[in-house]
Amino acid sequence: MTNRFWRGLAILFVITGLVFTTSCAKRPVKSEPGVTTAEQEAQKALEEQRLREERLRQVARESVLNQDIHFQFDKSRLLPNAKEILRDKAKWLRAHPDVSVIIEGHCDERGTNEYNMGLGDRRARSAQSFLVDLGIGRARLTTISYGEEKPADPRHNERAWTKNRRAHFAID
Amino acid sequence: MISIGCKNLSRSHLSIIFVLFVTLVVYANRPCQARVYIDINAPYLRKIPTAVPIFKEMAAEQGDAQLSQMFSNFLTETIAFTGFFKIVDRESFLEDPKEAGLTGRTINFKNWTDVGAELLIKGGFKHEGDVLKVELRLFDTFGGRLIVGRRYTGRLKDHRRIIHRFCSEVILRLTGHPGIFNTRIAFVSTTTGPKEIYIADFDGHNPRQFTNTGTITLFPAWSSDGRWLAYTDYKHKRSGLYIRHIKEKRGTAVKLEGSCITPAWIPGKFALAASLSYQGNPMIYLLSGNGKIMRKLTRHWGIDVAPAWSPDGKEFAFVSDRSGSPQIFIKNVEEGIVRRLTYKGNYNTSPQWSPRGNHIAYVGLKNGHFDIYLIGVDGSGPIQLTRDAGNNESPTWSPDGTLIAFSSTREGPSRIYVMNANGTDQRRLLLLEGEQTNPSWSPRLAGN
Repeated sequence: MTNRFWRGLAILFVITGLVFTTSCAKRPVKSEPGVTTAEQEAQKALEEQRLREERLRQVARESVLNQDIHFQFDKSRLLPNAKEILRDKAKWLRAHPDVSVIIEGHCDERGTNEYNMGLGDRRARSAQSFLVDLGIGRARLTTISYGEEKPADPRHNERAWTKNRRAHFAID
Repeated sequence: MISIGCKNLSRSHLSIIFVLFVTLVVYANRPCQARVYIDINAPYLRKIPTAVPIFKEMAAEQGDAQLSQMFSNFLTETIAFTGFFKIVDRESFLEDPKEAGLTGRTINFKNWTDVGAELLIKGGFKHEGDVLKVELRLFDTFGGRLIVGRRYTGRLKDHRRIIHRFCSEVILRLTGHPGIFNTRIAFVSTTTGPKEIYIADFDGHNPRQFTNTGTITLFPAWSSDGRWLAYTDYKHKRSGLYIRHIKEKRGTAVKLEGSCITPAWIPGKFALAASLSYQGNPMIYLLSGNGKIMRKLTRHWGIDVAPAWSPDGKEFAFVSDRSGSPQIFIKNVEEGIVRRLTYKGNYNTSPQWSPRGNHIAYVGLKNGHFDIYLIGVDGSGPIQLTRDAGNNESPTWSPDGTLIAFSSTREGPSRIYVMNANGTDQRRLLLLEGEQTNPSWSPRLAGN
């Protein structure tokens, strides 16, 4: 008990020192029992740790999930490169079993918007089926089609069209 | 949005009641009216040369010259919109407006036959304060006889409604079919940024915003009684099918995984078909007007979208890529038989069954351009209706089957245009900020 008290007191000194040097936003805790402050600080450290991990996860998410897969004109078949990317995503999804994603199917602007809705749907489903075959639970993979409604590149040329024929992944 | 709609409703009800004070029938209809002047079923119409002189002021009030110009011009535009008439240039008129009367006895019909006019529409009006009295008469100049005569009383601001009423009478008498002056056109517009549904009068006047989703709203479809509008929207990042009452604040949402798109109401029923993909593949399903999924109407591994019902509700056309590329198919619901309709070209979509049942308008791709085509239900044709004018998409028939509205990029941004069903007289319907797509022509609406 006493041991813990002294340790708490020591931490309190260090912390108050820190508070004074880093910020003057908070009044130094004067007469609060040291144990509570220590707990608060421990919590704070934990929170920081959590945020750091969150940021790391975010980076991983971005690198894995933000990569779109692309399709040929009027096709929903997965190209070899797309399968590679989906395998990476599957790996990441297996490591993060608590994450669910929305797979968005998109088309280029050519074609009528109702047929492109169907095509976008098929593109999202192709990606979904491939991930399910790799062992990712279907319940974690929702699909939606945006057809030609949300181009990644709004220009009207072959380059933009290539970019826009895609399946995009977003955290649900 | 809804509350504004309701305000409009009560105001328009008042106006309707007011216009109903219309004093009907100036002269009794004679039994010899059976003659049909215009056969709307003919593939190529001869436009009837028609004269519409400036309306006569029946009261000697000052400052009404502008009104008479406005009324007569508006009537001219309205009848010209049908594509049935060739308007005779007023410059060529022989009649002295000061001496001219409104009745058959006071008209020298030779003045009109000499300038080539076969029909003559005479109008007169007076207004006291806010009260407007209008007399309108349609004459056959060669027979020298009255075909339609009407007298209306209303408020000054009701003049559009009054003139539409008279034009409806004129079209009914000349063609034997009610016209389209009490119809509207719904469409998608990006006027405020997001894609929202708007509704305008048949001639593009008076556009007003119907949805306020703040996201992507698409594929408006009218129920055959004109009371409901079904559409797709992407609120809450899910695609959903909405079935909304036009005037009252009620409706249903069907939210499912995948896509819920291209609703199409069955004629005469509170039920609709739509393409849904919640079971894996976009297929056509039958839904009740309350949004309950009744059953599958198509079953295939391909993409099935864009159903369009035949007027008798027994068959529907739809788009499927089951043969490799998008083509139009027809399914007979009772017999369960599917047949392919289009064979020319690799990309045929957006079928719309003509109200007379014999044709299907659709969008086809040729040489990198999307254009509107017309094909017989038996596969005859097809004939190309638009060409060399940007991309042309989303055809929709006027309920009498004489006109087709569509979207086109011929002027750069996508806008709504109208043409006669044979492809002639293509003209822009309205000018609005942003881009307009997905027009959908309403059935004839009651109380207009």
